Amino acid sequence: MIGSGRRSADALHFPDVAELADPLLEVKDLVTSFRTTRGTVHAVDGVSLTVDRGRTLGVVGESGSGKTVLSRSIMGLLPARDVVRGGTVHFAGHELTAMEPAQLRQVWGAQMSMIFQDPMTALNPVVRIGRQITESLRLHLQMDRKEATATAVELLRSVGIPSPEERIRWYPFQLSGGMRQRVMIAIALACAPRLVLADEPTTGLDVTVQAQILDLLAAMQQERHMAVILVTHDLGVVAKRADDIAVMYAGRIVERAPTRTLFAHTRMPYTRALMDSIPRLADPSGTRLKAIGGRPPDLIHPPKGCRFAPRCPYVQAKCREADPPLRTAGSGDHLFACWFPLVDGVPTGTAADQAAVSITSTPSTPAEVPAP
Amino acid sequence: MTPPTPEHASGAGPEVMLQVERLVVEFRSGKRRVQAVSDVSFEVRTGETLGLVGESGCGKTTTGRALVQIQPATSGTVRFEGQDLGRLSGRELRRARTRIQMIFQDPISSLNPRRRIRDIVAEPLAIWGTGSASERAQQVRSMLESVGIDPDAAGDRRPQEFSGGQCQRISIARALMAKPRLLICDEPVSALDVSVQAQILNLLADLKAEFGLTMVFIAHDLAVVKNVSDRVAVMYLGKLVELAESDALYHSPAHPYTQALMASIPEPDPEHVSEHEPLTGELPSPLDPPSGCRFRTRCPYAQDRCASEEPLLREVAPGHQVACHFPLGRPVPVPERAAATV
Repeated sequence: MIGSGRRSADALHFPDVAELADPLLEVKDLVTSFRTTRGTVHAVDGVSLTVDRGRTLGVVGESGSGKTVLSRSIMGLLPARDVVRGGTVHFAGHELTAMEPAQLRQVWGAQMSMIFQDPMTALNPVVRIGRQITESLRLHLQMDRKEATATAVELLRSVGIPSPEERIRWYPFQLSGGMRQRVMIAIALACAPRLVLADEPTTGLDVTVQAQILDLLAAMQQERHMAVILVTHDLGVVAKRADDIAVMYAGRIVERAPTRTLFAHTRMPYTRALMDSIPRLADPSGTRLKAIGGRPPDLIHPPKGCRFAPRCPYVQAKCREADPPLRTAGSGDHLFACWFPLVDGVPTGTAADQAAVSITSTPSTPAEVPAP
Repeated sequence: MTPPTPEHASGAGPEVMLQVERLVVEFRSGKRRVQAVSDVSFEVRTGETLGLVGESGCGKTTTGRALVQIQPATSGTVRFEGQDLGRLSGRELRRARTRIQMIFQDPISSLNPRRRIRDIVAEPLAIWGTGSASERAQQVRSMLESVGIDPDAAGDRRPQEFSGGQCQRISIARALMAKPRLLICDEPVSALDVSVQAQILNLLADLKAEFGLTMVFIAHDLAVVKNVSDRVAVMYLGKLVELAESDALYHSPAHPYTQALMASIPEPDPEHVSEHEPLTGELPSPLDPPSGCRFRTRCPYAQDRCASEEPLLREVAPGHQVACHFPLGRPVPVPERAAATV
């Protein structure tokens, strides 16, 4: 059911998935800043990444790390005013950052789509779910009403919604949170896009429903050979579902590696700290969690040197002075930005300071004004 | 096996702070009635943390609200330190509630956006006219410090200037101002990032020790609940299906639902292989619950008897209760878990 999406004279040409060259998506030095009354917020600050056809990239970071702005910047879903943009987004042979809104509309939904975090606010509450699915089918694939409705029923069935012929006439409020997220997925997948950006698709859902939704997304991805960027704050969510993981901190990628490498040979202390903060079922009850003290930095005035330095248990003088570049270790596919990267959980560098350090478990949150 | 009479009076055993007996909470849905909580009995022992876990719609939040009588019980009793909360007058109930406080899921919307932090936290004292203005201010300061908020920097600000994690700290400070004995936490960390979640969970553990609190911790994530709780009660569609000490529940879950809940937790380990299938399907409508065992429609081991006869909560091991006709095997040794994760 892959259509070409051609509609008008200046229609963009997108080759079939099989004919596409890798990488499907290539982001270079992407910068997104917002001008606010308090100053310029450097939300995404020089991010480069690639995603191949049919692969899954996990983007992991805390609130305020810039991961949502990154996915919106890739899509081109940014406000028109008070935004400073830089860098390039190369997708399936096209440069998205140079596109006019009319051209972008041919990309959105048809070639690249997004699954949002909150399905209640992302769905239109006063439009039946059937019409919300058929909208893009009729626009991009020029289906007639009957054909689009039949396709929508099939889509709802494929995302596991029981009696879809009936549900197609329902409104979002009549569905549970998990069902709404399934509808969101059906909408995002309707025109068989090559890339799906899923921004915290399961945050706010029960763990049981989360597992179902992620399994569904993986099955649809397999079936349709889609690439997926899975954005989340929880490393547990991407551990078994992403081919590669990029960890973001304060607007930058601080570590990037194939998933197994990232977990087995974590180099960046921030990644380690994120892993350690997750409560594990196998730990005895009452095990104290290793929390990361403090909060992510203010993106208006990011700290000098390594941005994680103020919270890093292994911080040394150099970290506060110089900004560590994203560099490779051994094999070229493992990148990290750290002066004293971990080896088997222990930082390299001068041994003297390291005997005493341990991850702070007591939070000491300063009550400063958070970024809006 | 639900005991019809309270047994907390009989000297032996741990002291019981809260005794819930045959609690039923009904809501009206048009002309029909929905039982959100259906004949639930349990106790909360002094000094412990009892976890209450289950999916959305299982009645865990309604149960929590019924404990504080925000939600009146349709039938059944909630006894707090021997006092039947359902029989108290409005005035008596409000006085009793100073000893039972609650914190909520959404930390930002549970704080009044137009008030200053110091006034929000001082409110419980202001309501009861406790102490002089300067004494109150002093107590607010020390409580904010206890929860990791700088009173000088934060006191005059309003909730929207704080992150979700900080708002949750402020909510906790407010709840503790009344010097409660029992703190009911309703999904206190499910709206927070994992990193902030760890901070709040550690904070709750510290405050529990500092103020000698007893806690009821309600959440949908069993890994979180197990981490903070001494005992865990698992709810499904308004019913209590299993209750055990946390580690016993993890090592030998007796109810298939508990096992499925554990299997759906995402492990931050790409090599981890789950031994059990995660749950499929959705919670059935509480308007029309399945006959017999309510879990049978999603249970991989369901048999004919499960449809015809409702399983009652019974003890399978000391302190380990389960409502299932075919509870999962005798406590088995943990199978090759150590070998599986290299």
